[in-house]
Amino acid sequence: MRWIGRPLPRYEDPVLLQGRGRYTADLAQGARILRFVRSPVARGRILAVNAPPGVAIVTAAVLGDVKPICPRLDRRDYVPVAQPILADERVTYVGEPIAAVIADTAAEAEDLAEQVTVEIAGETPVVTLDQALAPGALLVHDMAAQNTLIDARFETPGIAAALAAAHQAVEFTFTSGRQAAAPLEARGAVAAFDSATGRVTLWASTQMPHLLRTGIADALGIPESELRVVAPEVGGGFGQKMALVPEYVVAVWAARRFACSVAWIEDRLENLTASFHARDQRLHMRGAFDAEGRLLAIDADVLCNVGAYSNFPATCGVEPLMALADMPGPYRVPEYRARARGVASNTCPMAPYRGVSRPVITAAIERLMDCAAARLGLDALEIRRRNLTAEFPHTSVTGVVHDAGSYREAMEAAARVVDFAQFRARQQTVRADGRWLGLGISVFAERTGPGTPAFAARRMVITPGFERVELVMDPSGFLEARIGSSPHGQGLKTTLAQLIADEIGVAPGEIRVVAGDTDRTPYGWGTFASRSLVIAGGACKLAAATLRERLQAVAGQILEAAASDIEIDDGRAFVRGTDLGVEVRQLARAAYHQSHRFPAIAETGLSAVATYDPYGTFSNACHVAIVAVDVATGQVEIERFVVVEDAGRLINPMIVEGQIHGGVAQGIANALYEEVVYDDDGNILTGSLADYLVPTMAEIPRLEIHHLETLTEASVTGAKGVGEGGTIGAPAAVLNAVSDALAPFGVGIFEMPITPQRILQLLGEAGRKAQ
Amino acid sequence: MSDKQDVTFAVNGDERMIRVEPRRSLADALREDCGLTGTHLGCEHGVCGACTVLLDDKPVRSCLMFAVQAEGARVRTVEGLASGDKLHPLQQAFWDHHGLQCGFCTPGFLMLAVGILEHDPDIAEPELREALSSNLCRCTGYQNILKSVLAAAAEMRK
Repeated sequence: MRWIGRPLPRYEDPVLLQGRGRYTADLAQGARILRFVRSPVARGRILAVNAPPGVAIVTAAVLGDVKPICPRLDRRDYVPVAQPILADERVTYVGEPIAAVIADTAAEAEDLAEQVTVEIAGETPVVTLDQALAPGALLVHDMAAQNTLIDARFETPGIAAALAAAHQAVEFTFTSGRQAAAPLEARGAVAAFDSATGRVTLWASTQMPHLLRTGIADALGIPESELRVVAPEVGGGFGQKMALVPEYVVAVWAARRFACSVAWIEDRLENLTASFHARDQRLHMRGAFDAEGRLLAIDADVLCNVGAYSNFPATCGVEPLMALADMPGPYRVPEYRARARGVASNTCPMAPYRGVSRPVITAAIERLMDCAAARLGLDALEIRRRNLTAEFPHTSVTGVVHDAGSYREAMEAAARVVDFAQFRARQQTVRADGRWLGLGISVFAERTGPGTPAFAARRMVITPGFERVELVMDPSGFLEARIGSSPHGQGLKTTLAQLIADEIGVAPGEIRVVAGDTDRTPYGWGTFASRSLVIAGGACKLAAATLRERLQAVAGQILEAAASDIEIDDGRAFVRGTDLGVEVRQLARAAYHQSHRFPAIAETGLSAVATYDPYGTFSNACHVAIVAVDVATGQVEIERFVVVEDAGRLINPMIVEGQIHGGVAQGIANALYEEVVYDDDGNILTGSLADYLVPTMAEIPRLEIHHLETLTEASVTGAKGVGEGGTIGAPAAVLNAVSDALAPFGVGIFEMPITPQRILQLLGEAGRKAQ
Repeated sequence: MSDKQDVTFAVNGDERMIRVEPRRSLADALREDCGLTGTHLGCEHGVCGACTVLLDDKPVRSCLMFAVQAEGARVRTVEGLASGDKLHPLQQAFWDHHGLQCGFCTPGFLMLAVGILEHDPDIAEPELREALSSNLCRCTGYQNILKSVLAAAAEMRK
């Protein structure tokens, strides 16, 4: 029986459906409650922090020699800055933690925190990219001239000639508003000190338990063995939970100092103001095309407002460097020049967020394609046909290797599903009634499962990438797979069980996948970068193959046959072509309790360890959006949304589609709804979910998904990652569709979110211009 | 603030008496005084709906109510949905149709959907979509939540 390819219901679900899942806040019973006093201003010098009479509070001075967070890149174009765990001399953004109080209940802790007064000599903050880059701008950090924390460049020798030779040059500035990942469960930590061992167990809502252990141990100057980090159920992360945060360091510090359990459960205001943001980007794009619409060159200037500090371990280089390396996407770009800067400001720091830069660069490139097509009199499909990479492996101009994909095929399949000609006819017809429909497409390649080579190319001092898996069969014949990845809603435990089941020949229900506990799992990097299925899945397959060989050796001995003649299926090992067999459970029992009979597995028993560290593999997709724009209200309604996705071999198609659904919803949010807004003083105006507009079921249309399955050698399982593609592709499709709808008004969209107000503003400007 | 009050209410069919501060929200009372942590808090300002429970059979945001306001009421939470090992049709449908990913919003969506379907078992899809837009989910893009509730509605009508 084969399990790969089945839409197997998830093993994760029964517990969650009955309200029995344990999320971090559910583990806080009995713990003392930690509450942070945060900066009310964006920039200033701390004059005094006054505790309420008779109350001890935690400040930078109390923390003493706890080390700051200082993420590093091994690059001369990067300026490392150290983030104090609690602000000491200066505050640099609204929400920065300054002090902490501890009380018996959450309500008392809130009361206490309100009684702490902070005196700050406020200064004019640097909030926007323009303010940060203005000549003579105040510096967020003295060591970062022009507020530039990273300034990376790439240039091919022929760029100037290619730009000069252009038949058509398309140039525009594209802007993406700032987004918050806004997982439904905010961050949280429970740190419990064990007086018997002197160790602390930290339960934290994290995507990267091992890295958290490293980061906290380094900050506190303790051996990692004194700390156990557990990610219990995690209520979504999307990148926001793949960074070390000061609050967790304080929680562990407090548990040790006061020899007790302390909990910090973040509230939504804290999450929207003082957790991490992403996407605040402005791209100046210049594309050179020949007369046939072939792209000759791209010249891009990428500016990312990265906030006050760099995140650990990815650093504030994560967005600019992704933009620099992956800008060409699925297209052949012969000549390329780019400058990508990460600019500091007195705003909340950035962390990776689902898609990392690619939603923005994809939107910019796809707008570039549509603009060039309009100039050259080509349709959206034809210009892409002339530029999409069709030969694989393809090495991009920046040296990124794309494995086999279906870039053109996905687009042609999407075009067949949607029937562009029929749409164009309908579009014309309804215009007579004052209805403005638009169709937009987006073609992209998503780098997934990057191993150490990809992160080493970025020159990260902490270079993530490999995953190690320990697979053990116990004497009862059940399997445990201990992984370093740390799933938090992706259904990875079910998917990996399916992979292992097929490799060995047992049922997935007999495999328990253990993740998210540094005491129980091998050191790994966690779950991000669409990596867990590719890398942890690859390691599972390799370990399972080895374990199968060991089971074959045991079975061969028992059945008096050559190990190579043993097959295992449905939990039974048998001699190929005969009915001579033995249950896997009996093999397990024998391997442990009569080990003297099986010298072939004397060293390992029924366990196997494997490590997988691939270069990475590219998923690809084409998204098509059909929208209706109400030109009286500026409202955009998505009438239809089609995805043709190629994620390689589908292990569990139901889970794959779930990933695409959620990703597309977040991409639509980027395009139309969500924006973190600061006022001129650096205060956040979107500190609640009534102001920061996460879309509801009313805004997200039905999504149609079709699959292609290009099998790749770049992934041992044939599976490609699929965690981020939805978010990467959707904004471009929506913006191209809105632009198509508004083309008769002379309006093109070069910003997101494209809210009703902005659409009305653009229509008004276009109307005035026409007069 | 610390003058505690007695609250007597029925939670999932069991009579309970708790002593709480008047400022204690119903959500905190369920989670901390009754030990029912299946009710989740996603925003504590009444937008996300993760804390939705049924109060006298109507869906309410338990973060926007004081526990003392539940005096004498019947409260139902996610923990009371299944009968022993048998999942409620909505729980079963969410499992069958992948109606959850991280699971954090799930108890709220389940209780909202129970409230909707008990009130209007034949609710049409557009109205259902509108009613379910009361709550937020960040993982599923709502596709399979809608599918699950429609499937459960069909099952419950049988």
